[in-house]
Amino acid sequence: MKPRTLLFSLPLVFLLLFYFYPLLRIVLQSFLPDGLWSPEKLENLWTSSTYWRILWFTTWQAALSTILTLLLALPGAYVFARYRFFGKNLFQALLTLPFVLPTVVTAAAFGALLGANGLVNTWLMRAFDLAGPPIRLDQTLAFFLLAHVFYNYSLVLRIVGSYWAGLDADLRAAARMLGASPGQTFFRITLPLLMPAVGSAALLVFIFCFTSFGVVLILGGPGFATLEVEIYRQAVQLYNLPMAAALSLVQIAVNFLLMWLHAKLSRKSPVAFYADTSSGTAIRPSTSWQKSLVGANLLFIFLLLVTPLLALAVRSISGEDGPTLAYYQALFRSDEDSLFFIEPIAAVANSISFALAAMVAAVALGLIASVFLASARGRSTAFWDAVIMLPLATSAVTLGFGYIISLNRPPINLRDSLALVIIAHTLVAFPFVVRCILPSLRQIPQTLREAATLLGASPLQVFRRVELPIISRAILVGAVFAFSISMGEFGASTFVTRPHTATMPVAIFRFLGQPGEMNYGQAMAMSTLLLLVTCTAFWLLARLEVRRSAPAKPLSKDMDHIS
Amino acid sequence: MLRKISIQLSVGLCLLLTTMTAASAEKTLTLMTHDSFNISKTLVASFEKDNDVKLRFLKSGDAGAALIQAILTKDNPLADVFFGVDNTFLSRALTAGIFIPYRSPLLTTIPPSLQLDKENRLLPLSYGDVCLNYDKEWFKKNNLSPPADLIDLLKPEYKGLTVVENPATSSPGMAFLLATIGRFGADGYLDFWKNLRANDVLVASGWKDAYYGHFTSASKGNRPIVVSYASSPAAVVHYAKIPLTEAPTAAVVGDRTAFRQIEFIGILKGSKEPELAGKLIDFMLSIPVQEDIPLQMFVFPANSAARLPEVFTKHAVVPEKPAEIAPSEIEANRDKWLEAWTNAVLR
Repeated sequence: MKPRTLLFSLPLVFLLLFYFYPLLRIVLQSFLPDGLWSPEKLENLWTSSTYWRILWFTTWQAALSTILTLLLALPGAYVFARYRFFGKNLFQALLTLPFVLPTVVTAAAFGALLGANGLVNTWLMRAFDLAGPPIRLDQTLAFFLLAHVFYNYSLVLRIVGSYWAGLDADLRAAARMLGASPGQTFFRITLPLLMPAVGSAALLVFIFCFTSFGVVLILGGPGFATLEVEIYRQAVQLYNLPMAAALSLVQIAVNFLLMWLHAKLSRKSPVAFYADTSSGTAIRPSTSWQKSLVGANLLFIFLLLVTPLLALAVRSISGEDGPTLAYYQALFRSDEDSLFFIEPIAAVANSISFALAAMVAAVALGLIASVFLASARGRSTAFWDAVIMLPLATSAVTLGFGYIISLNRPPINLRDSLALVIIAHTLVAFPFVVRCILPSLRQIPQTLREAATLLGASPLQVFRRVELPIISRAILVGAVFAFSISMGEFGASTFVTRPHTATMPVAIFRFLGQPGEMNYGQAMAMSTLLLLVTCTAFWLLARLEVRRSAPAKPLSKDMDHIS
Repeated sequence: MLRKISIQLSVGLCLLLTTMTAASAEKTLTLMTHDSFNISKTLVASFEKDNDVKLRFLKSGDAGAALIQAILTKDNPLADVFFGVDNTFLSRALTAGIFIPYRSPLLTTIPPSLQLDKENRLLPLSYGDVCLNYDKEWFKKNNLSPPADLIDLLKPEYKGLTVVENPATSSPGMAFLLATIGRFGADGYLDFWKNLRANDVLVASGWKDAYYGHFTSASKGNRPIVVSYASSPAAVVHYAKIPLTEAPTAAVVGDRTAFRQIEFIGILKGSKEPELAGKLIDFMLSIPVQEDIPLQMFVFPANSAARLPEVFTKHAVVPEKPAEIAPSEIEANRDKWLEAWTNAVLR
């Protein structure tokens, strides 16, 4: 067996053990509690039209969100790929922050900004002397679509942006030289070349919006219910486990079909190329058209993504009588006598440790899986591609339940182990990393690898010296997202979190569960802390990016030296 | 070089974390509960010292989520004692057969009206009342008399003033729905809700969202009436930054306008320490813990001999005649009522 195929067994075993096994256990338990099959609980599934309606709604809102995000983020990806400007790293870090925020906090931030009594409305009413709030977004479709764009903008921007930066400039230059206009170059050359990355990003955004739980519920209101909400309702509220399991399977099936289709369509990019230098060909904007493009995009990013975060930070320091640091002080002061007081330092430390561990594990597994998928030929590649993505498409409730009824007896007793939290995070993060790395890996020309082998490199050396540097940017993007997923995770991991593993989102939730201005303020303060910690981590990660030691010397100089 | 070191460090950290488990040599007793559970540190320490045991708390989501996890793991229970089954889930919990009976000597201090399980598999620990809360300041400013009964919410001058929670995703939301069923009957409650919908009621997804997102007293929202707890006014006073003499909010506690949620505690079948678990239940029902409960969880103690803290006697009211529905009826009709409500109010 080829070594690459053997290596793939590692992610496969991981999936089998920590995804398929718990999933199988919970599905069996749900359908056959005590070994009896009671189909009448599932009757409603095919008699009532409610579930079709819910499935239809979930699908079209996800599709709409994806298209919207793509349209808005692609210009941004172009700007970040092509241009260099002051504060670029900071902006990039800021626009990835929304990913990390728990939904309740996002809802609070948006409410504070765009709600009926939010900052924008009050300002507009005062400025234009209006009777009622002009922006009425509460509990409308537009509101949670906006939130979806808010969350997923960075996905598209980073994945497509990093791929775009690596596009071979020679191809573009050749097209221009042959007489193509900029528009023609874009539509006939650049866009087809970008398709792998766009497809990857779009798939991820779609799956995220499809399995959206909190966002739709809080911002759209109870009138909008997605499949995920229904699964929760059936399992927890109505105790109809067979129905919950059936709906979960429907969700997995629908997503699997989509992922398999995507995998089939995204084999190889039409032209093979690779990036010469890691920093790409970013230039400073010079013409006024370029400057206004960059400026407009940055302004848009600031308005959409940064202002809600700022509103959050402002809220954390504004008390009833003006700016105050009381909430932050209260965070660090041990609460009277309470047993469940989470030391903010402990929560920060826990969050960071889990995130680091999950990031390393996810990047390792993702890299291995990507290598296998990129080099595999044959009809089964699309199938394995889709299989790897399955954890993202599975309901957190189902997976969480699966965890608590399996892996709790020797030989594998992970019930109280910290490892379970890391595993849960890694499970969700590593498909991400695969989607980030695979497009870049796929378009490395085979001739490059062959040349290296001819020159005497072993397969491992080929990988280390040729492929790894080329995909290093993509690996970094994957690592950043793996880190942020882990920092903000509050889904399946709630079922495996134990008292000694409290993280920042858990602490935020605890504060929000108590009445009173003080608790709410502390929740906002902890959220701002979460943002600050994550931002710092992003900045540090960005500095790890490999800089090529030196650009390749032109051949003629060497020849001169020899002769 | 730095990258190599940082990668090695990360891998090392990863391995270190993987090998760490919560192993301990002494005896451990685990209490599984919902996220709103709270108890004073000194009380826990005193129990641990008296019984030479380490007490561990497993918070597992809201009441419904915690219960379902307990039911799913009945062959290999996650804990020894479970607290948080309330009367709306009582039937489900008892049918699942996950508790063993325990006759605590402290049962004599608990009013019989709270002891819904005659076999003592589940013992009442505390109770709270879900009811309407209103913003006193707002009603005074707008020259309106605050609501005294559920039917008042349908009056034209109360249009667009109420926010409720979705019973499908919120425990107080469910309790309020049951209150309306108790008040108007299973035949009349839908009409009430249809009229309430016509009167522009806002349905939020949960208590946090309703209270901190739309209630005028706690946010920049514009709904001065919210579904919350009878003890919420006391909580607001307790958590206020500057000391308040009067609560800014008040609860509506007229007859059959509130729904009583009684919370139960029981020993899980399969526990390895049933006697210690029994001792824990006795401890939780004893006066020191029962007197600690009000300020920790903002509910009332089941032990009738326990004294209430001052902020409760001053600002919290106990409804005399809450709406009541039998637990078995709730379990049998829950999804029917939920479906009917969703159709009437949301679709």
